[in-house]
Amino acid sequence: MTVSIPVALQSALTDAELRSLRIVVGAMIPASEEYGVPGADDDRIFADIASSVGRDEAAIRAALAELDGLAGGSLVDASQEVRDGAIARVREKHPPLVPPLVALTTRCYYRDDRVMRAVGMEVRPPFPKGFAVDQGDWSLLDPVRARGPIWRKVT
Amino acid sequence: MLEPVDVLIIGAGASGAAVAWSLAETRMRILCLEQGDWIKSTDYPSNGRDWEERQFGDFATSPNRRRNAADYPINDDDSPIKIANFNGVGGGTILYAGHFPRMHPSDFRVKSLDGVADDWPVDYQTLEPYFALNDRMMGIASLAGDPAYPPKEAVLPPLPLGKTGTRLGAAMNKLGWHWWAADSAISTQDYEGRAKCINLGHCIAGCAQGAKASTDITYWPEALRQRVQLRTRARVREITVNDEGMATGVIYHDADGVEHFQPAEMVILACNGIGTPRLLLNSTSARFPRGLANSSGLVGKNLMFHPYASIRGYFDEPLDGYRGPHIGTWSQEFYETDLTRGFVRGYTYQFARGQGPVAAAMLGMAAGRVPWGKGHHHAFRQVFDRSAGMLAICEDLPEEHNTVTLDPVLKDAHGIPAPKVTYRLSENSRRMLDHAMARGTEILRAAGARDVVTDAPLPNAGWHLMGTARMGTDPSRSVVNEWGRSHDVKNLFIVDGSIFVTSGGVNPTATLQALALYVADNIKQRLSNLFD
Repeated sequence: MTVSIPVALQSALTDAELRSLRIVVGAMIPASEEYGVPGADDDRIFADIASSVGRDEAAIRAALAELDGLAGGSLVDASQEVRDGAIARVREKHPPLVPPLVALTTRCYYRDDRVMRAVGMEVRPPFPKGFAVDQGDWSLLDPVRARGPIWRKVT
Repeated sequence: MLEPVDVLIIGAGASGAAVAWSLAETRMRILCLEQGDWIKSTDYPSNGRDWEERQFGDFATSPNRRRNAADYPINDDDSPIKIANFNGVGGGTILYAGHFPRMHPSDFRVKSLDGVADDWPVDYQTLEPYFALNDRMMGIASLAGDPAYPPKEAVLPPLPLGKTGTRLGAAMNKLGWHWWAADSAISTQDYEGRAKCINLGHCIAGCAQGAKASTDITYWPEALRQRVQLRTRARVREITVNDEGMATGVIYHDADGVEHFQPAEMVILACNGIGTPRLLLNSTSARFPRGLANSSGLVGKNLMFHPYASIRGYFDEPLDGYRGPHIGTWSQEFYETDLTRGFVRGYTYQFARGQGPVAAAMLGMAAGRVPWGKGHHHAFRQVFDRSAGMLAICEDLPEEHNTVTLDPVLKDAHGIPAPKVTYRLSENSRRMLDHAMARGTEILRAAGARDVVTDAPLPNAGWHLMGTARMGTDPSRSVVNEWGRSHDVKNLFIVDGSIFVTSGGVNPTATLQALALYVADNIKQRLSNLFD
């Protein structure tokens, strides 16, 4: 049941918290051979997650503490069944604890090069290239024009 | 003591920039104090791979989450709608979507027309030239001929319809309901030194391209060229007064926290519907023990937001996704009062494109459409790039129990008491939100959505802060007069959303900037007897 963490992680969290967090993010977004993507517990992605706790430090700590409690003291030391149960119970009974975990995980997962390519994105920021958007055909408004003014006149 | 100025403006956002530019031609000594700083276009999130993450960090809409040096905390625990703002040169326009509708003629006459709230002491016709001037200064993209408005000029061509606009427009035609190209503060052509939009799609975290009309790149460069001074990282603590009850200047903290007294002949507040009442309530004296300009007791009362409903649909084929401005088209089918709907007044739909992958995943997971575990990847691909929807922006009527007061405990980094917001959603607003979610679901079903998710009121959408220092002709029922001057302090003016009498069902920036230009014109025309 050993859960490793990448060495020399820059994080506000303790090693014990990071091990628990790695279990949670892996349960949230696991690797998929079918879609050719790593899980959120992948070394590179998890290193990003660990170093991106930032403003969510207190909320993440609170969620991990609750998970440890539900797992009988340590999510890391618990069996897979107990881990799954603890995660399910947090999601069901303590919904406010969940969004910070989801936000932290998705923010880092969906900027990984491999993941971006897999979902059809170019691996780049929006600026400076921007994107193309169809101009469309404004004659689609003809029925709206034909209806005439709808604003309320004021005397 | 610092050199006195003729005009001291507090706040460099939407209205402060407009009033500074307009007054510049008088050649008076004009100084603006802004608690935030200039934001460089290279600092905006869309420059980097962490563009979505920073929307939850240093470019978050909540000052309580962002906690940048320029921010002050706001206790909004007692409100279902949380405050969104930005502090810096440009103010809220740095992070706004650029949706730029005007209020309607009927919005200024709600008492006369619908028997609710109060009429404004100005009307649409009076403000119309200021709306038009402001549209030119900001460079508004639009399409002339919108049947929901009196005729108005289109300064720039509209934003692209895209796949989203085309699909939703066709659905609106099927239903026989109004829709139109949205008026947008986004340049669709190179305009006055601003580059045209390249569809970065992340307007609400600042525009790296400079296509979005935030006032740091529209009004401010023009005002600075005319020798208006702008002093940043200067947080005003209080407005001072003399024995005659006239404002004498302000006390502010500079970037190092050092306190200064800045004397001024005239003070103009442009701090938004939270910051302005906060500053007035913090400016107590023997003559004004309840706060400055507060003989009516209405400073901080009648706080209005725009309660928002979100209606989002998921489609079988890809749409625009995160590409292009979020906004593009709107509908005002349900804007004007129709009591058969079960509520008075109305709302605008802002049709919206999709989101980036992070937002798509977060929203999908929050809505139960994207699971944890093995099914995550398949479900994500069903929502990412395949969503479109709308926000309904509902008119909020003024109620005195919705307030901005001073928090007895919370203070900012300079020890200045922080604002506390107390707000209850009215039954009228609740019904309007329910109506908007039901009709919005019809629209998305007509557009072919296979799944629709609704939510209201949106909790983190307290963008529009209005009514807390309302204008009026009766000093016992208003804080400023019909041209923005305080009833109590003859050399104190307010030009931000605080002076709104009602909220309309549209984003307020176009109207509050038109009002700021109108107040500035009144000041210019009355200079010889301005303080009488």
